[in-house]
Amino acid sequence: MLYASGSGDFNPLHYDPDFAQARQIGDYIVFGRLKYAALGQLVSDWLGHQGFIRRISASYRGMDRRGQSFTCRGRVTGLRQERGQHIAELELWTEGSDGQRTTEGTAEVVLTPAGPG
Amino acid sequence: MADSIEITPEMRAQIGVESSPWPYEVTATGVRAFARGVGYTDPVYYDPAAACAVGYQYLPAPPCYLGTPAFLPGHSDPVFSTPPGTDPRPRYGLTQVLDGSTEAVYERPLLAGENLVGRHRLVDMQVKQSRTFGAMLVVTSEITLRDGGGEVVARERSQRIFY
Repeated sequence: MLYASGSGDFNPLHYDPDFAQARQIGDYIVFGRLKYAALGQLVSDWLGHQGFIRRISASYRGMDRRGQSFTCRGRVTGLRQERGQHIAELELWTEGSDGQRTTEGTAEVVLTPAGPG
Repeated sequence: MADSIEITPEMRAQIGVESSPWPYEVTATGVRAFARGVGYTDPVYYDPAAACAVGYQYLPAPPCYLGTPAFLPGHSDPVFSTPPGTDPRPRYGLTQVLDGSTEAVYERPLLAGENLVGRHRLVDMQVKQSRTFGAMLVVTSEITLRDGGGEVVARERSQRIFY
């Protein structure tokens, strides 16, 4: 509900087990966009404001249900220079407790060690 | 569950149509609420002094937060809080909707205190088959956000799945 109030998305699919679509799925499910934003948090925490996230994406591959935890992970897949800027390319994903990826994403970060620029 | 979905000429005619401009506000309260909703403990998204200490003028918008569309009763969607004409409600005779993917491209960091203007555009529609959901309509749309000077500051492209 905290995410619903922060995002303005009050779709009952994400908090009401009796909502018809949730019943059809089996339970209510985590907001895809919360997983996307959680991957953003992973990048923000990693970056420590020494850079600027230029692009971030997430594709929702599987549903995370009530009571199940998911973990955000990422790795640097490339470093390059572009017009004098240092760019890091990242692969991002969330995985359930069974290790299955439920979200896959990428990000591009402009590294600015002196501050967020 | 639909066995097949037809993209009619009327549906196809919506591709490329741009919505009227709508205000998107990046406020300190909005930044804190979003950061809280995601679970941030980083004080930079809550405390202006912490934000200034690392080089921002004011609270920065957390990644994936492009401001809150102004809510206007009778116009905004009461469930999704989205501007008129951009709501993700099921349509075309389909009854369910899920988010498929989301991508944001930023031209610069966004800070609390910015008043942006968003325009929504339907980019593409495709019919796909899913073992779980049968025929699905995948709708791609884009929101372009501009600042007070008319400069593009960010674009968000998303896919929604109707089934």
